[in-house]
Amino acid sequence: MQIYLPIAEISLDAFLLLGLGGLIGFLSGLFGVGGGFLMTPALIFIGVPPPVAVGTEANQIVASSVSGVLAHWQRGNVDFKMGSVLLIGGLLGSTFGVWLFAVLRSVGQIDLVISLSYVTFLGIIGSLMFVESLRAMRRRRTAGTSRAKLHKHTWVHGLPFKMRFRRSKLYISALLPLGVGFLVGILAAIMGVGGGFIMVPAMIYLLGMPTSVVVGTSLFQIIFVTANVTFLQAYANQTVDVVLALLLLAGAVIGAQLGAKASVLLRGEQLRILLAIMVLAVCAKLGYDLTITPVDIYSLGLNE
Amino acid sequence: MRRDGRHGRFAATGICGLAALLALGLAIAGPLRAAPLVADLSKHLVAITTGFAGTDVLLFGAIDEPGDVVVIVWGPPQEVVMHRKSNIAGIWVNTAAMTFDRVPSFYSVASSRTLDEVASDVVLSRLEIGVERLNLPLPPAKASPNIARNWRDALIRNKQRLGHYGKEVGQVIFLGESLFRTLVEFPANVPTGTYQIEVYLLRDGRVVSAQTTPLIVGKIGVEAEVFDFAHNYSALYGLIAILVALVAGWLAHVAFRRH
Repeated sequence: MQIYLPIAEISLDAFLLLGLGGLIGFLSGLFGVGGGFLMTPALIFIGVPPPVAVGTEANQIVASSVSGVLAHWQRGNVDFKMGSVLLIGGLLGSTFGVWLFAVLRSVGQIDLVISLSYVTFLGIIGSLMFVESLRAMRRRRTAGTSRAKLHKHTWVHGLPFKMRFRRSKLYISALLPLGVGFLVGILAAIMGVGGGFIMVPAMIYLLGMPTSVVVGTSLFQIIFVTANVTFLQAYANQTVDVVLALLLLAGAVIGAQLGAKASVLLRGEQLRILLAIMVLAVCAKLGYDLTITPVDIYSLGLNE
Repeated sequence: MRRDGRHGRFAATGICGLAALLALGLAIAGPLRAAPLVADLSKHLVAITTGFAGTDVLLFGAIDEPGDVVVIVWGPPQEVVMHRKSNIAGIWVNTAAMTFDRVPSFYSVASSRTLDEVASDVVLSRLEIGVERLNLPLPPAKASPNIARNWRDALIRNKQRLGHYGKEVGQVIFLGESLFRTLVEFPANVPTGTYQIEVYLLRDGRVVSAQTTPLIVGKIGVEAEVFDFAHNYSALYGLIAILVALVAGWLAHVAFRRH
């Protein structure tokens, strides 16, 4: 059933969009990531103009994150204090990111920057996560009951403005989550993602948060960062297609619920290795696309 | 110049349509032949609604004596920026850009015979019949003729890939000697705006008569309202988009908690 999307200005099959939303929603619920890093490239692939894909995806992530965070909240898996500090950085970062997006778009380099950002960040995060979770799985198999240290003491713990985060059992500098939030905020705006795939590993490895609260807290701050991106993209660029977002989120909210339930069935390191493989696959595909000779070295720009 | 400032004509199309039908009837009926060329469209508005997946518009008409009919569909002109990629350290990067000031957003041609049979290249070029004869000037300071040609060809190639420029010349079909028709095809991604459809009657390679008919391609109903709202009240639109997402997420959560 073809449906005309008023902002994207193209017709697409409604069931294709519902299915895409459902599939990626499931993965987002399972791994606690927004799913944007899969959805945005998928939308561009089926013909949605890249700026509309980025703006609309931010809107859709708001919905799937709300439904995800409520499920985690009920189980007490959200650190609101940590989430708020991350959020302040995120709002600043995403506002800067939307501005940067407009500048890059006007000089015709936005597509390249989007692709390079994906390849770089997915590559780094994917590799780190893959190696770490592989190690964790091996440790579990060989060491049996012996437990790893809760956290190591590094230079990170010497930073000023220390804050206590009770739910996360942490006493660290506020600058750390603020910086992480800012960086992820920029990426959220430019790449059309919630930033969970960077936020989740950063929370585990950089901040040292317990895995149980990571997903809920990440979703909590993603709601506000993507809401900020939605508003700014709609206001400055008119690139948010509500009809497209509604179709995607109809599938995605249902998928996310199922995903959140399924996540209980898997162990932390199993989830992480699956996510790592998926991240690396998307990275490889986008990296490959950058190097193959284009069909036509000339291309139409955006007619603004 | 030919394509400009004809919006006023739209008001008169109702009468035109009537006249065309009348003329058609007369052409069939007999000897009274007032105009050498009469043509009209099956509809003057292509409405883009929820289920829109492209459409065909029938152009029909009559001529007084045997000749060739050529139909050109012009989309509203627009400014187009083009990019050229180069391979830098293994990856393809946009390294050059060129702006065309005035490019038809849509263009297609239909003819009763192949174009070279209809008229000489001089005549075809003057009327811009056929994509290769489109007049797409670039600022001379920016591009030498050779390079300008590359950009021009690339523009046409890209527009054809998008489906906005016809790859082949369509068929104008004659029913007998005087009645003709052709189908004008619009893809799902058709640009919106006021189109001009030019119909030429040629005899012995010369233009005997010409007629221009406007056609509006526009969003209608909910689609138009959403689009207008997003552009006119963009801040409010952004807030509503967020609100809708929040409610949808909450609804999904409530629905699933029950089970």
